[in-house]
Amino acid sequence: MDARWNFFARLGWVVALFLSIAAPFVLGSYHLYQLTQVLIYAIALIGLNLLTGYNGQISLGHGAFFAIGGYGVAILTTKFGVPYWAAIPAAGAICFGAGFLFGFPALKFGGLYLALATFALAVAAPQMLSYKGFDAWTGGAQGLQLGKLRAPPWAHVSADTWTYLVALIAALALFGFALNLVGGRIGRALIAIRDHAIAAETMGIDAPLYKTTAFGISALYAGVAGGLSALAVGFVSPESFTLPLSLSFLVGIVVGGLASVGGAIFGAFFIEYVPNYADMLSVQFGESAKALPGAIYGLLLIAMMAAAPSGVIGLIRKIVARLFGAERA
Amino acid sequence: MNTRRQFLASSATAVAALATGAFRARAADMPGITDTEIKIGQTMPYSGPASAYGVIGKTESAYFKMINEAGGINGRKINLVSLDDSYSPPKTVEQVRRLAEQEGVAFFFNTLGTAQNASIRQYLNDAKIPQLFVATGASLFADPEHFPWTVGYNPSYQTEARIYGKHILATKPNAKVAILYQNDGFGKDYLTGLKDGLGADHAGMIVKEASYETSEPSVDSQVVTLQGSGADVLLIAATPKFAAQAIRKSYDLGWDATRYLTNVSQSITAVMKAAGFEKSKGLITGAYGKDVGDPAFKDDAGVKEWQAFCDKYLSHTEFGDLNASYGYGAAATMAQVLKQCGADLSRENVLKQATNIQNLTLPMLLPGITINTSPTNYSPIRQLKLAQFNGESWQLFGDLIAG
Repeated sequence: MDARWNFFARLGWVVALFLSIAAPFVLGSYHLYQLTQVLIYAIALIGLNLLTGYNGQISLGHGAFFAIGGYGVAILTTKFGVPYWAAIPAAGAICFGAGFLFGFPALKFGGLYLALATFALAVAAPQMLSYKGFDAWTGGAQGLQLGKLRAPPWAHVSADTWTYLVALIAALALFGFALNLVGGRIGRALIAIRDHAIAAETMGIDAPLYKTTAFGISALYAGVAGGLSALAVGFVSPESFTLPLSLSFLVGIVVGGLASVGGAIFGAFFIEYVPNYADMLSVQFGESAKALPGAIYGLLLIAMMAAAPSGVIGLIRKIVARLFGAERA
Repeated sequence: MNTRRQFLASSATAVAALATGAFRARAADMPGITDTEIKIGQTMPYSGPASAYGVIGKTESAYFKMINEAGGINGRKINLVSLDDSYSPPKTVEQVRRLAEQEGVAFFFNTLGTAQNASIRQYLNDAKIPQLFVATGASLFADPEHFPWTVGYNPSYQTEARIYGKHILATKPNAKVAILYQNDGFGKDYLTGLKDGLGADHAGMIVKEASYETSEPSVDSQVVTLQGSGADVLLIAATPKFAAQAIRKSYDLGWDATRYLTNVSQSITAVMKAAGFEKSKGLITGAYGKDVGDPAFKDDAGVKEWQAFCDKYLSHTEFGDLNASYGYGAAATMAQVLKQCGADLSRENVLKQATNIQNLTLPMLLPGITINTSPTNYSPIRQLKLAQFNGESWQLFGDLIAG
């Protein structure tokens, strides 16, 4: 069963890789832009999944790290002239530091209390960004305009394709890193802490170290995603990083499947396309139904969770088991 | 989905026209335009923290519906594709790209929000797509030199504050001025405008500045600080909730200052009623739209026209809503530009006509205020009239002032 599942998972990765490389050749620039967003969300979602899915620490505040990453890249590229390929890892490193440090107070909180503490982080982020003491750096409430990402002349591709490729390379690297991490010693330690912290500590796992590191790595992912988002959108402002962003990340990992790296891709597709789809559906109800997309989105989310309570990955696992593994199970 | 089907249908017509060869040049030069339709794009915060502004898009859609029922403009119907951006700039960028690249709109009209418009400005200017009559008072959108494809609409906050500054100089040359402002682009524009209006020689007249964050529950302590400075003029550059608090607190403190209020917060129902009518007496603001609650406009032809429109296409709620009548005026301005364009609806000509409006009057603008643009003037509304609150309504006084 496990072997079969691994086979299917590998097959899935190969197909996804093929499709993602083919995408720029077949899609128009707008669809490519949407796919770039999907990749960006996927990166943030794996990060959150490492923390919440694998390590059991709930965060409602990853939008804040996303914002730090976004502003990090915006400030580094516009105020210091740092090239974007250096600014993105730098923003990731800054977020790792910020996440690691936030991990310490987070040690004191468990479960829902941690959710509340991180919730505060998400609420505070837009206010902090518009704080007037930082105006010279952040541009205050007006935000910061970034230069558009342009493809180097040797690449012979459009700016949109280049942005997509940059996001794809970052996503592949970070997916690989995450798969490696959860498949090895560290991943097992994270899961052990989630499942039974005391038992894990008796086994000699340094729980505080692992938990804070998980927070740091998770924030790093969100930061890289935020940085890429700033480059793709070409603009950052406090209003870009409000609470709904953080909440949509949580929706994404639950829809995709908790404790699953591949699930992040499905979650990212969900949070990028379903609100648009809800918007399109609501047009059916006429002009007066402008507030309807929210309700439709909610209904779709409920339907989704009813159909696949363990996320898309859980559903696929179940189908694979039913089709191929039933006689052995 | 309906719009998509319409789009397909209209594309089919366009293709048929192409086949005959008759409209080859026209179709190539005029994206978003067919023989029967003008397709316009827009983003609006129908959901999210600023959803109160959504009524603007709703009113504009209704206005174009009215125009279409009467046969459209120069034989073409107007199709306003107005999408929700939840007041989130990344979403604005995505929706605008969708409208420009997928829906193929001719141009953008009255997209709402300062950061939202800033986030799409570069993209639209690079693509040479007109971004007309943006719904924000931030001064940065009237910059023909750097962003020739972006045209403003609202009187800028700076213009308004400059007018208050000039009025203070004219009436109280020895005033000590205090200012309460929201700590963002909106509030800071007032600070800049006030300093401008007073002039460099009188910069010392501002004795105290205090700001607040929109996350703060109350501005009471700021008002106390400002009073402590001994100022006798107070400029309140605050959004409705905070403006009401400031009005109430300054009255309760027994502070006998001349109070100026930003026209963002001049809604009687939202602000004066909340602060208390008695406590709001004597406030001075700069107005450009008609307040339907003002008895002076009871028999006004423009207000009657607006009322008839609301009765037919909207409801009584919108009739009293300044945001709705704002949308009505903006849509009428847009219609005027399209009329001026005649048969040439290329993006270049739409921009050319949008920056060539002369003395346009609108039903809901105060008498005497006209809309004017030119290739060097991207601020259509530049005049205001001062008004004082008498405990019931705004009483206009003095002449029109241009900032």
